[in-house]
Amino acid sequence: MDGTLAKAPLLEVRGCRQSYHKDSVSDLLVLDDVNLTLSTGEIVGLLGRSGSGKSTLLRIVSGLLVPTAGQVKWRGADLHGPADGVAMVFQSFALFPWLTVQENVELGLEAQGVPKAEREKRAEAAIDLIGLGGYESAYPKELSGGMRQRVGLARALVVHPDLLLMDEPFSALDVLTAETLRTDLIDLWSEGKLPIKSVLMVTHNIEEAVLMCDRILVFSSNPGRVASELVVPFAHPRNRLDPAFRQMVDDIYALMTRRAVKPAVSVPTPAAEAGFATPLAPVSTNLLAGLLETLAAPPYDGRADLPALAGSLQLEADELLPMGEALQLLRFADLADGDLHLTEAGQQFTLSDTDGRKTIFAKALRDHVPLVAAIRRTLDERWNHRASAVRFRDELEDHMSPDYAEDTLRTAISWGRYAELYAYDEEAAQFSLEEIEPAD
Amino acid sequence: MSRSLPASLTAGRRLPNVWDAVAVAFVFAAIVALVHVSPDTLKPLDAPDATVVTLDPANLPAYALRTTMRMFAALAASLVFTFTFAPLAAKSRRAGLIMVPLLDILQSVPILGFLTFTTAFFMSLFPGRVAGLELAAIFAVFTSQAWNMAFSMYQSLTTLPSDLVEATRAFRLSGWQRFWRLEVPFAMPGLVWNMMLSMSGGWFFVVASEAITLGDQSWKLPGIGSYVATALDERDMKAIWYAIAAMFVVILAYDQLLFRPLVAWSAKFRVELTAGLTAEDPWVLKLLRRTRILSRIAGAVAGVFGVIGSLRLEWPTLRTVSAPRGPSKLGDAMFFVVAAVVAAAAAWSIVAYVIAHDVGLSDLLETVGLGLITMVRVMVLIVLASLLWVPIGVYIGLRPDWARRVQVVVQFAAAFPANLFFPVFVILIVKFHGNSDIWLTPLMILGTQWYILFNVIAGASAFPGDLQEAAKNFRVGGFLWWRRVILPGIFPYFVTGAITASGGSWNAAIVAEVASWGDTKLRAHGLGAYIAQATDEGNFAHVVLGVAVMSIFVLGFNRVLWRPLYAYSTRRLTL
Repeated sequence: MDGTLAKAPLLEVRGCRQSYHKDSVSDLLVLDDVNLTLSTGEIVGLLGRSGSGKSTLLRIVSGLLVPTAGQVKWRGADLHGPADGVAMVFQSFALFPWLTVQENVELGLEAQGVPKAEREKRAEAAIDLIGLGGYESAYPKELSGGMRQRVGLARALVVHPDLLLMDEPFSALDVLTAETLRTDLIDLWSEGKLPIKSVLMVTHNIEEAVLMCDRILVFSSNPGRVASELVVPFAHPRNRLDPAFRQMVDDIYALMTRRAVKPAVSVPTPAAEAGFATPLAPVSTNLLAGLLETLAAPPYDGRADLPALAGSLQLEADELLPMGEALQLLRFADLADGDLHLTEAGQQFTLSDTDGRKTIFAKALRDHVPLVAAIRRTLDERWNHRASAVRFRDELEDHMSPDYAEDTLRTAISWGRYAELYAYDEEAAQFSLEEIEPAD
Repeated sequence: MSRSLPASLTAGRRLPNVWDAVAVAFVFAAIVALVHVSPDTLKPLDAPDATVVTLDPANLPAYALRTTMRMFAALAASLVFTFTFAPLAAKSRRAGLIMVPLLDILQSVPILGFLTFTTAFFMSLFPGRVAGLELAAIFAVFTSQAWNMAFSMYQSLTTLPSDLVEATRAFRLSGWQRFWRLEVPFAMPGLVWNMMLSMSGGWFFVVASEAITLGDQSWKLPGIGSYVATALDERDMKAIWYAIAAMFVVILAYDQLLFRPLVAWSAKFRVELTAGLTAEDPWVLKLLRRTRILSRIAGAVAGVFGVIGSLRLEWPTLRTVSAPRGPSKLGDAMFFVVAAVVAAAAAWSIVAYVIAHDVGLSDLLETVGLGLITMVRVMVLIVLASLLWVPIGVYIGLRPDWARRVQVVVQFAAAFPANLFFPVFVILIVKFHGNSDIWLTPLMILGTQWYILFNVIAGASAFPGDLQEAAKNFRVGGFLWWRRVILPGIFPYFVTGAITASGGSWNAAIVAEVASWGDTKLRAHGLGAYIAQATDEGNFAHVVLGVAVMSIFVLGFNRVLWRPLYAYSTRRLTL
């Protein structure tokens, strides 16, 4: 590890900010004050929840996106647009369906003006290296997901980039395929067979990050910031079952849930409005009920270790954490130090029948979710007990990006419907109290 | 409060609002328009004002109204046709064997060539009355609208999602119920889309079919098309601009009042769960949803349809689920015999007609030669239009906020009947003594080029973002980008547009290859001009020959060029 200090950094990101510009309102931050240094010979992981801006950072590094503020230096020079020596692997593979495997791999070389003979030689070498020999003339649609991502890798490697960028490269694959591809890649890397100097990868899978990376930057959400930076001290190949490995995964879970306890308060808005505009993750009430029941039942009996829970439910941190946070928001459970434990209200919920659950849920919503409470209050006040959803969306968009606002509103609609606090007409985008009992 | 009272009585506060007033105005305007138009159609043909078209611009609103009425009458007829033809073709294997190819051929027949026959036919139905002419015009528009609507519905009916079909079986819906609960809703997005394409195309034909010549007789049905025809005879340029302005207003109203609300409304029938283009609701739809009276009426109409749809109309014998039995051999045999006899009779009548009218091999060779000339025209035009519109379309399509605005304009341009602009070109050609063979040609694609632009924009805006990023990341630029990235990406869309454009251009040839300005006649060499001239001379045999040869050209063009291209593009160029 001491060798890395001597090497000059490949990439330097200083004070990077990315904001989404919305008319009339102050800019909404996606990334805030992100610093990142990447040296030769390391794999660095950007770990965080969806919407934490890690993919945005990757696009800034690749030159596809220009940051609102801050500096990006690539090999010591300012970065302007997609740079030579940076190649990207996409989550969706991004293979051109009308080009064969060979043509897809050759594309980057063709763009560089490499002569045909050399192009073919290098493409074949890359295809063989990544284990796709024999598939040169196949079209992407003839390949399985894992094979397609191998083409994506070969296409990136063939240009001999100094820096390989990977945007959640394994998340669209099934568990087994993803694992094979990870270990293949790490083997090639440790044997020095990859024609690259450094890797920057985005992931939301904690184990994947600990398995592959030398360094992990954990991102917090809304706005995206580097919450902490961890060095992974294990040598390759790594063993997932090694207690030290498990401990590190546990620690990262704890880190990510600790962030969740105190909500992002740096947005300069009045406290009341910030409550109204708390982003809600789209978690269905069925999932919440199911999670509460699991939590209440043995073996957890009201308290669960998140990595263990995630393992047994086959959920990734990215999927489990929003559920835990939703339960926490409703005061059905507490989320702290990598543990989730049931509260009194949560216990009550699991013991009740369908109608009882709805009543408890309704009360929790009105007490703890200001947006839902505000919608219901508005409906009670209106003479026709109707209100347009557009109005609430606009208000939300003053405080968060349109995607977040959409998710938040959808969640409020779904939760409120389940609790029978209001009805919603999708066609007219209108809340109403039709077939809802009058306010208590 | 009794529950049996209608909701409108119990809800005391629900007074009509401003939107109701606006809507009422619309409705009454439509009624007035109907009343205004209908008595005219029963006038005898020789009544003094039945077929007289004057160039007084004050008459234009009334003319525009009558043109529009013809459009909607034709649309109604097309819908009826679609709802009978398509289910029959889809559900009866035997009928489908004949009806599907029939549709395919009908699609390729140049509609304007029909005009003469159908006029003669309808005139004989209502001798000496305007109704015959009206029906002939409406029929011309119908033939430009019906086929692709029926095809779209047929395709939907043959690709019903099998899980939904099984669900309707499991819940024992009758055939009638299944039709209204599953098949019609499933076919709706495609049908609405094709209806709108048809409407857009229809304006061209309604304008062309209002001034009808039958041998040495000619009639003008009051309407914008005949107004323009009169203006041409009288060399009145100002009147032509008036007509263009009136048409502009009509198309704008049609676009805003019907087209956009329909698109937004049909989106709800989409089966796929991916969020498509969710544009904001057009203002008319908002109006419909906001007005209490109108939404009541709509609710009542929906209720009636609901009741009709839930009737268990069915043959009693079909109630029980019978074991699947193979098609009856005897039935098949009888069907094929009857089909063969009818086909033979039809073929014989054609041959007899040709022999009787002294149409020889030389005529055939002449028309084929002229067909080749017109084909070269169409191909050159498609190539030129593509060279112009593909780069522009790609440029616009890759910029989403541009694309949205431009699409609206292009849709509008596609609906505008390009034949209204023909006189402007004709005057220029006469003035500068241009070669008609060259300068009349662009008229053929004037109205149809928009389909190329329209589809290319759609293709470029649907081009996946990750592929764009990949191309940028690997710094693919310049010619390589066009060749490897964007052109293959938009190709399926381009082919769709080009098919529509080329089909439309063949049709337009009949009106575009000949033009007149007062006494000056311009004539290009081509099959379109041949048909137009034969029509003028009342030489039915030559019209038949011309139309038949043109149909075969269009059919061949589709089968040899466009179909394989389209099949290739969907097979190879999509993921």
